[in-house]
Amino acid sequence: MLEGWFIVASSFAYIGLLFAIAWYADRRALAGRSIIANPWVYSLSLAVYATAWTFYGSVGRAATDGVGFLPIYIGPTLLLLVGWFVLRKMIRIARLTRTTSLADFVSSRYGNSALLGGLVTVIAVVGILPYISLQLKAVSTSFQVLLQYPQIVMPPPAGSLQVMQDTAFYVALFMALFAIAFGTRQLDAAERHEGMVAAVAFESLVKLVAFIAVGVYVTFFMYAGPGDIFTRAAGRPDLDVLLAPFGGAAGGYASWAWLTVLSMLAFVFLPRQFQVAVIEVTDERHLKRAAWAFPLYVLAINVFVLPIAFGGLLRFPEGGVDADTFVLTLPMAMHNEGLALFVFIGGLSAATGMVIVETIALSTMACNNLVMPILLRVRIFRLTEQRDISSLLLDIRRAAIVAIVMGGYFYYLLAGEAYALVSIGLISFAAVAQFAPAVIGGLYWKGGTARGALTGLTAGFVVWFYTLMLPAFAKSDWLAVELLERGPWGIELLKPTQLFGLAGLDATTHAMLWSMIFNVGAYVLVSMLGSQRAGEHAQATLFVDVFRQTGEPGSRWRGATSSSALQALVGRFLGPARAAELFAAYAKNRGVERIDELEGDRDLVRFAELQLAGTIGAASARTMVATVAQEEPLEIEQVMTIIDEASQLLAYSHRLEEKQAELESATRDLQGANERLKELDRLKDDFISTVTHELRTPLTSIRAFSEILHDTPDLDAAERQRFLGLVIKESERLTRLINQVLDLAKLESGLAEWRSEELDLREVVADAVSATSALFKAKGVALETRLVPSPLVLGDRDRLMQVLLNLLSNAVKFCTPGSGKVIVRLAGDGSTVRVEVADNGVGISPEHQNVIFEKFRQVGDPMTEKPAGTGLGLAICRRIVGHLGGRMGVQSEVGRGSVFYFILPVAAPGERLAVHG
Amino acid sequence: MDKPITRAHRIACLFLLGLFLFNYPMLALFNVSQTVFGVPVMYAYLFAAWALVIALAAAVIEGRG
Repeated sequence: MLEGWFIVASSFAYIGLLFAIAWYADRRALAGRSIIANPWVYSLSLAVYATAWTFYGSVGRAATDGVGFLPIYIGPTLLLLVGWFVLRKMIRIARLTRTTSLADFVSSRYGNSALLGGLVTVIAVVGILPYISLQLKAVSTSFQVLLQYPQIVMPPPAGSLQVMQDTAFYVALFMALFAIAFGTRQLDAAERHEGMVAAVAFESLVKLVAFIAVGVYVTFFMYAGPGDIFTRAAGRPDLDVLLAPFGGAAGGYASWAWLTVLSMLAFVFLPRQFQVAVIEVTDERHLKRAAWAFPLYVLAINVFVLPIAFGGLLRFPEGGVDADTFVLTLPMAMHNEGLALFVFIGGLSAATGMVIVETIALSTMACNNLVMPILLRVRIFRLTEQRDISSLLLDIRRAAIVAIVMGGYFYYLLAGEAYALVSIGLISFAAVAQFAPAVIGGLYWKGGTARGALTGLTAGFVVWFYTLMLPAFAKSDWLAVELLERGPWGIELLKPTQLFGLAGLDATTHAMLWSMIFNVGAYVLVSMLGSQRAGEHAQATLFVDVFRQTGEPGSRWRGATSSSALQALVGRFLGPARAAELFAAYAKNRGVERIDELEGDRDLVRFAELQLAGTIGAASARTMVATVAQEEPLEIEQVMTIIDEASQLLAYSHRLEEKQAELESATRDLQGANERLKELDRLKDDFISTVTHELRTPLTSIRAFSEILHDTPDLDAAERQRFLGLVIKESERLTRLINQVLDLAKLESGLAEWRSEELDLREVVADAVSATSALFKAKGVALETRLVPSPLVLGDRDRLMQVLLNLLSNAVKFCTPGSGKVIVRLAGDGSTVRVEVADNGVGISPEHQNVIFEKFRQVGDPMTEKPAGTGLGLAICRRIVGHLGGRMGVQSEVGRGSVFYFILPVAAPGERLAVHG
Repeated sequence: MDKPITRAHRIACLFLLGLFLFNYPMLALFNVSQTVFGVPVMYAYLFAAWALVIALAAAVIEGRG
């Protein structure tokens, strides 16, 4: 069963199955029924994190230091807990900016800096090469070990064979072919690979099942459970030390903590992790499920690591079998061929999954952020003039994949034997961790600048290379070992493994510490010393405030171009047919029937840029679009204009608020006026009904007496005379009433005619007194005047006369004949003249003092007392005095008499009273 | 109260709990040469704490509140 041809055939059958799954997933995606839009598939695709390193290397590491492999998996567990904050932000930004890779992301954050994108690409490619070599080593080793069955023999060391006889070379070749077949079949504007993700998720299942299968087999079939294994191990002094590993085999707590941090960063910044976690995600809510489902996956795949490691150490006590191969060699030792083959397939699964996703991610970066920016800038290629370069893009990516995998192979030849699997992987982890300051800083700190990111990344990368890569080369005899032992030029302080004399740390922790200090320090320092360009600041704000934004980011394109030019441009990268399709869809969206009716406005430019960004990266897309659309840089004047507009808007809204307040108060005034009008209307109705009633009373008397006179001709003369007197008296009253009503109506409507002259009130009062003296005599009421000389007033003599006559006749009316006495007083001070008419009559109770000035209000019970007047006299008087600018009032006490008075203002010299009406 | 916010707070607390459980001094407490049910204390502790964090995360995320 384990002949070479059968192993190879099984491997190819398995790869074929993967292709079938990818093909099916792509078909479903085209039909709009994605099978990867599912939180479980997302969690499984994240498990591309578990590579051949996990599959073989964890056991190898556990066999030497106990729990040292665990931080690599606990880190991602912790990170996913904060993933809802950090990863979701990255996903949101990647969506908005059509980011296709980590390099694109960084370049986009710092103002689409092409230089930065290129630097990230270089670091990623160089940093990942050891990791890819690890996969090649694992697959070729496991293949060679399996080939020796039934013997258990370790393969010859790397580099000891000629290339053409080396299994690892062929493994590399096939891996590159798989990656090309999976990732570069077509150009996708969104740079998403549903088929690849589906295949990776399936691979994750296979490697999990394979590992658990061998774990269960070793733990429960070779031994009697974990307790049995650990009890036997405790009996061996060389293994006992692994049971309480800290301070001994596993190193200090600091290196454990650093390893946890390192793996947290690697989980996000490894290009393949960024690809599946941020680029390929279909819905950011999948992060929630993944936050516990993925940790559960890695917990499951790690549960049996320690039992297998100890099982292997117990089974092969004499050494000679590499602990990295225990997973495979234990089933072989038990002659379980089927399980051994399944384990091999599981390891192959882990390795191919990693290599495919990693190389696709790296080749996208290399093409979009390294090769294209150079090709587009170098004029001899005339790339900006060619019609269709979409096939060129694919070729560049294919070449990049082959180059990267082959790079991994050469690293394997150089340094593959110097380290165990885990240590090789950690070199790559430390490399990608260099992206953390620029990315995390860029997500939460608007002040981070492109220069800062460039300097920080360069510094971190240089330190990483010096402290981790150089020692790796030195150990492989490629460099002189003296460099490690004595430092360059014999300077001990610069020894790569003990930089500045820092000793006592393991190589990874040492490198992490120094590279992070230099990286973060340079990033923060240079950012704070320098300033951002306007475009850079716009991107910084977009990234940091992504959750506060809605819709598409604002475009900085304010130039205009033609739609056909843009379509031709997009067509050169995506193919003319695809471009026509995209533009037609865009036109339809805009409600325009034909593409050439589209306006080349900034929305269309932005649309074209986004399509290109999905294919060639944001920085290159910007360069390309700039060739057909003139970009006007965001100048400080324009920023000021925008601010001006904003403040004008603010002022305008203030004015609107004021207007609104005015309107509200006007509304309130109108409502008040309306209330008064209603009240006046009601008063008018009351007035009419009262007037009618008052007119009817004398009319009824006149009619009654007239009828008596008419019906009784034999009435005696005295009686007849009395009745006729009554008729005349009532007629006079009626006439007076009608006159007063007309007078009041005139006064109230403002139609009355007023004369205005300077008057000496003493004369007016004297005239009024002499006019009424007969009345007083007839009634037997004494009249006395006390007139003090006073200033002149402005007024209408006849009207004031009317007022005085009214007051005097009222006074006579309410005085007791014989003992009655009326005193008229006139006195003035500097500004007013006061006239009083005081009587000693019946007086007016306080509750009546106000109402007597109202129309038709007479004091006394109307049912029992005969009305003594019309009830309009005082109302008219008050109106006249009010019109002349004075006021009228009464002071009274029941039984002691009343004092009616009015006060008029003194006429200012030369002043004329305004004539109303 | 706004439920997503309280849930986010709980997750953040869980993150801090994780940092605490998988670091000094907790690790030092279990770094002894003893076994529970035949499994070394350190290994049992690490996997139990890990499982606890995952279970809490699942409960917070998938739960209703």
